Amino acid sequence: MPLMEIRGLTHTYSAGTPFEKVAVDHLDLDIEAGQVIGLIGHTGSGKSTLIQHMNALLKPDEGTVRFHGEDIFASKESMYKTRFKVGLVFQYPEYQLFEETVYADIAFGPKNQKLGKDEVDRRVRDAAAFVGLTEEQFQKSPLDLSGGQKRRVAIAGVLAMEPELLILDEPSAGLDPAGREDLLQKLFRWREARDATVLLVTHDMDTAARCDSLVVLDRGHIFTQGRPGEVFSRAEELWELGLGLPEATHIAMLLRERGVSLPGDIYTIPQLKDAVLALYGRGETTC
Amino acid sequence: MLKDITLGQYFPGDTVVHRLDPRTKLILTIVYIIALFTANTAAGYVLVLAALVAFAALGHIPAKALLKGLKPLVFIIVFTAILNLFFTTGDDYIFRWHSVKMTWTGLRNAVAMVVRVMLLVSGTFLLTYTTSPLAITDGLESLLSPLKKVKVPVYELSLMMSIALRFIPTLIEETDRIMSAQKARGADLETGSLVQRAKALLPLLIPLFVSAFRRADELATAMECRCYNGGEGRTRMKVLKMAARDLWTLLIGALLLAGVIVLRSLGI
Repeated sequence: MPLMEIRGLTHTYSAGTPFEKVAVDHLDLDIEAGQVIGLIGHTGSGKSTLIQHMNALLKPDEGTVRFHGEDIFASKESMYKTRFKVGLVFQYPEYQLFEETVYADIAFGPKNQKLGKDEVDRRVRDAAAFVGLTEEQFQKSPLDLSGGQKRRVAIAGVLAMEPELLILDEPSAGLDPAGREDLLQKLFRWREARDATVLLVTHDMDTAARCDSLVVLDRGHIFTQGRPGEVFSRAEELWELGLGLPEATHIAMLLRERGVSLPGDIYTIPQLKDAVLALYGRGETTC
Repeated sequence: MLKDITLGQYFPGDTVVHRLDPRTKLILTIVYIIALFTANTAAGYVLVLAALVAFAALGHIPAKALLKGLKPLVFIIVFTAILNLFFTTGDDYIFRWHSVKMTWTGLRNAVAMVVRVMLLVSGTFLLTYTTSPLAITDGLESLLSPLKKVKVPVYELSLMMSIALRFIPTLIEETDRIMSAQKARGADLETGSLVQRAKALLPLLIPLFVSAFRRADELATAMECRCYNGGEGRTRMKVLKMAARDLWTLLIGALLLAGVIVLRSLGI
């Protein structure tokens, strides 16, 4: 059984007015446990609407969402409980910080879970360690931190709830390349350590290429899904959807056009490097 | 749910009333209010009502919309009516029972008060229904500009008003976003005692204030980058212009006021 089953999900904004907009249209999706899933799609394709149904923040007009086989919209209680099992980190989460100290802000979620004091403390420390916050920062005001550090505090606030499914809406938006890479590695590490499932909404195809599987959304429908290699093999269609390609895939494509014979499944820089070096008869070299 | 909040709802349209200069509509509203409070006879109120109905019809504003505006005021209207009904002194009793008494004067006052409040509110609603908030601000600034002579910062005040109006939708959107984010962390905004619910608002209000200050800072920087230095000598993209229809409207307003005064002095 998949971790989450979405069937016939439909959500319409401003129904019955001239501003009516169908954001998600009879969408079916299975989320398998234990992977990093990338959700990609152009602006307005329904990504944000879709993920807010996964933790019961939005109620569907039609369709069901099942988590571990149970309907999350069955009752008010089940909707509330789902929020702790399915953690959602919004875009630019640093704007939600409000507590006087970093520690208290990270503890907000676990405290709402009505956990014991020791358990809250353990979770806060664990979550802070995962995102690389030091204990000296615990008593600082979150508003005095730098932008990147605020982002980490906000993400730690959701990690501390120890969700089984963690959803992040463009977690690396506005970070520099080093910060983006750092955050991504921390998330991958967290997923492995906790054996959880992560759903990443991203516009960055290089990030998407590193996910275990991809879901492509287009105007409220699933356009395609599969392993990154399968999805990126439909390069031209993705281009028409307003999505790009990973840098490495693009370079490999251009090289092939110039007559260099490269294998078809290249979508990260290390893969490209290996393939190019293989052409020169050298398997392993340092760049 | 927050999207339902509207301030001075504007019904976009392209009628004669919509096209009137905002200054004309502001002056007309003031004249209308003066006429309303000058009227003291049934005929006078009918005249004022006729003016209201005529402008609502010209502006294609349905009666339902005008009545809807009265809804939040039902309590005040009923309260004023009761006060007038039972606490007016006079000796033309309809009935009296111990200290509770009702007089014909009281009844007349109560009806007049209710009619006045309803006409007053509907009239001002008609202004906001047919004039966009920005147009009202522009009109106010232009009408108040003589006060600049006595050092009233008219320009700054109207700029503040435009900025406030501009940011209402932004702040509503922001509130929605922060609310969702805190709900995602298990914040409970709907249940609990009054104190608990007030406390539960902190995670919402603090980020909202922080971001409002941040936005204000950014806006100030952006304005300075474009060499904003106050209202002196600034020109406008849309210059307000009075047309023939504005003169006619003002004339109608003058006639309305004159009519009410005549009716009052004749006592009919």
